Amino acid sequence: MAYLFEMNSLSASYGANVVLQDVDLKVYENDFVGVIGPNGGGKTTLLKVILGLVKPLKGRMVFNNELINGNSIGYLPQISTGDINYPVTVTDIILSGLMIRKGIISGMSSSDKNKAHAVIDELGLSGMSASFLSELSGGQMQRVFLGRAIIGDPKLLLLDEPGNFVDTTFENDFYEKLKDLNNRMAILMVSHDVGTISSHIKSFACVNRSLHYHPSHEITNEDLLAYGCPIQLITHGDVPHTVLKKHI
Amino acid sequence: METSIFQYGFIIKGLLGAIFASITAGLAGTYVVSKRMVFLSGGITHASFGGIGIGYFIGINPVVGAAVFGILSALGVEYLSVKQRIREDSAIGILWAFGMAIGIIFIYLTPGYTPNLMSYLFGSILTVSQADIIALGIMSAVLILYFGVFYRTILYISFDEVFARTYSSYVDVFKYVTTSLIALTIVLNIRMAGVVLVISLLTIPPNIAMLFTRVYFKIVIWSVIAGFIGTATGYVISYYAGIPVGATIIFTLVILWVLVKGTIHLTGAITKWNNSRHFNHSKL
Repeated sequence: MAYLFEMNSLSASYGANVVLQDVDLKVYENDFVGVIGPNGGGKTTLLKVILGLVKPLKGRMVFNNELINGNSIGYLPQISTGDINYPVTVTDIILSGLMIRKGIISGMSSSDKNKAHAVIDELGLSGMSASFLSELSGGQMQRVFLGRAIIGDPKLLLLDEPGNFVDTTFENDFYEKLKDLNNRMAILMVSHDVGTISSHIKSFACVNRSLHYHPSHEITNEDLLAYGCPIQLITHGDVPHTVLKKHI
Repeated sequence: METSIFQYGFIIKGLLGAIFASITAGLAGTYVVSKRMVFLSGGITHASFGGIGIGYFIGINPVVGAAVFGILSALGVEYLSVKQRIREDSAIGILWAFGMAIGIIFIYLTPGYTPNLMSYLFGSILTVSQADIIALGIMSAVLILYFGVFYRTILYISFDEVFARTYSSYVDVFKYVTTSLIALTIVLNIRMAGVVLVISLLTIPPNIAMLFTRVYFKIVIWSVIAGFIGTATGYVISYYAGIPVGATIIFTLVILWVLVKGTIHLTGAITKWNNSRHFNHSKL
């Protein structure tokens, strides 16, 4: 299988504060990587390096140009960035996902708008195309932002803590949707909640300044300890999960 | 005898002034209100008074001085907030009073002729010149062109700046340019509405518009219409009653807002009452 991008001994910092150090990572087509690690461990910075928002201090980050470039990445940020009272409709928000390919002066064609409506239907938002964010539930808003991330048919989808504000019923739908999308694109998902994501992903990357790749969706507390990832595995009622080992 | 279009003075000056003021204030105001920059715009307005004072002191057109001050303070606040070096609201609060202080100091230091402070603070038709109307006309054209050409880019950057940075490296350029245009719009409207009141010329029309629609470009259109009604009516009242025009415009706009909001509530209540009456009737 062909790879999409790779990082070689990459380091990144904010000023003097080194957040990522000597990171190696190779992501392939149709990968589904769960990026876990403690708060402040560098998970979001990793996404920002891929998006080109943070320049590496040293090392390199290269795309496989035959398959992907900086314009074919979809990004779902943590929710708080858009103002929910801003006078902009669901359709317009989803269309903004196409801006990456458009210049600063171009408008949207009717085929762009049809594409937006197809995404709206696909994500179960039918009938809400002219709605405003403040009229939607948290789960619906989440899907609008997912729509913005996927309307450009990206080769790589980056998700930053998508489980943060969604109730559990919707969470299952959301992860099922991601499984679908994973047939069309590789996914890199940041989460601090390992238990919920372990059944959906194919591999883990533990980020705590350094990065340890774990090529399986089963991960134990011992693995996390060995990787220097100080987080706890959590179990969730009926949701498929990784069970904690017994304490001795 | 010399003939000029301004021989018909009042009507034409008033009409053109009302049209251009409502176009510029409608476009700039929708941006300011949607992006919750009302306080920043208030700060820019009052800071620009410093430029008016210095303009008088060194003997240049006070509007030019105000424009320079307005744009510099707008860029300064945007820069500080981008770099996150200072709490934005504190910076604006300081700038607000500092600009006024500088303005007053220089106006009092100017020897001889003392300008009528009231006309700058609360607006005056008499001080609106032909050049002011032409400048407002040019500003209207510039804003229509700017917002027309870059509509989606401006909309998306102000909706979600963080996301916009993932696809565009022009985010800061657009923020600086738009804020500068807002500052210029404010300064050019000071002659008519006055330093103290001009911010309402930007904020009341979009709030009337938002009673009808929540779609950005429709808010702009309704703002221009509401702004025109308020400005033109205020102009007439001001002329006949001899009250500063800024005050009559703002007063008219607020009355308009109350009337529209009241009508909408009343229609809603009547419809609801009618529906419940029909419902009760059909139950019987």
